[in-house]
Amino acid sequence: MTQLQLAGPILLSAIGTGVIGSLTGLGGGFILVPLLTLGFGVDLRYAIGSSLVAVIATSSGSAAAYVRQGFPNIRIGMFLEIGSTAGALLGAFLSPFLPSTAIAILFGCVLLHSAYHSVRVLDELPHGGPPDRLAEYLEMNSSYPAPGGAVSYGVYHVSRGFLLMIVAGVLSALLGIGSGIVKVIALDRVMGLPFKVSTTTSNFMIGVTAAASAGVYFGRGYIQPGLVMPVALGVLGGSVLGGRILPGARTRRLRILFATVLVAVAIYMIARAALGRI
Amino acid sequence: MTAATGHQDARIELLVGRLLQAGVSLAAAVVSLGAIVYLVKHGSEQIDYKMFHAQPLELRTLTGVMREAAAFDGGAIIQLGMLLLIATPILRVASAAYGFARQGNRRYVAITSAVLGILSYGLLASK
Repeated sequence: MTQLQLAGPILLSAIGTGVIGSLTGLGGGFILVPLLTLGFGVDLRYAIGSSLVAVIATSSGSAAAYVRQGFPNIRIGMFLEIGSTAGALLGAFLSPFLPSTAIAILFGCVLLHSAYHSVRVLDELPHGGPPDRLAEYLEMNSSYPAPGGAVSYGVYHVSRGFLLMIVAGVLSALLGIGSGIVKVIALDRVMGLPFKVSTTTSNFMIGVTAAASAGVYFGRGYIQPGLVMPVALGVLGGSVLGGRILPGARTRRLRILFATVLVAVAIYMIARAALGRI
Repeated sequence: MTAATGHQDARIELLVGRLLQAGVSLAAAVVSLGAIVYLVKHGSEQIDYKMFHAQPLELRTLTGVMREAAAFDGGAIIQLGMLLLIATPILRVASAAYGFARQGNRRYVAITSAVLGILSYGLLASK
């Protein structure tokens, strides 16, 4: 196949990924890698390299929109970034030692887990208990403006959240994804942040984490210009388009559809890996 | 910490968000330019991404990319756009460090510097 013949279909699929990623609010990382490896037969390393770049593009490109929708807690994000960027470096240095089969199976498992989390109905968890001393020392407790006046919130289990962020970083580097779901779990399930704070803080963190491993992969030559060009431009265009079609349309039906696709892709990916065809 | 400081953080963030959007648009423009140059030259070449070959040094080091991009090599222009894109989140952390420094918040200047250190290590130490 020639460059031109391949760039067209990849561009179109990347636009689709960008649209789905922004409509579901889940980003596009875990659609891109299976799409490129299973759909276009691209080597896993090239796929991971291009996917990370796309993750950065969507995170940075939507930062302003996210900030308008919610209220990021930069202090929490910054502190946890130490964990997630360190995890990302760890993952990037580990990845040459892991066989593609193992990475593909891990990917499948993460997809299944993400599918489960994307359809689960989450209630705002009222966190009680004693205030976290680390959170107090780091002045993380804050508030956000609401129609009825400022809503203040406390932050809990900071060290447990930090450990989860290391895991999120490792996964992000090994699989070429944003690990947004792991980050949101850490922020609102474990640390008890309100939704309005956790989603925007997570979006902020995703790009920074991906930049840590993308830097390593760039130096290792995983970023192939001919491939990354349609992927990055397509995902960017698609996410702008997605934002225009239905701003904030994260409906439940859309999520169920998306979860079904994830489960199918996960099973296919694990099966292919088990047969040694990745 | 008072609520006012939190809102001040948020206002800085909105500004930084717009800055990042501009960075992404710039990167996209550079990649588009590179794509045209690249496809005109290599569009009809046969390619295969099934086998992994690390990119040549000219396309994976900062100096190599700058040199080749100045010589108007399509691939290098695309890589330059990629470096711009990878730089946007780093810029975001750097601007947060600046914001904390202006608030005189030493604890968070230290934390943001640690993140910047890890990010630079990733970019510089990889070969």
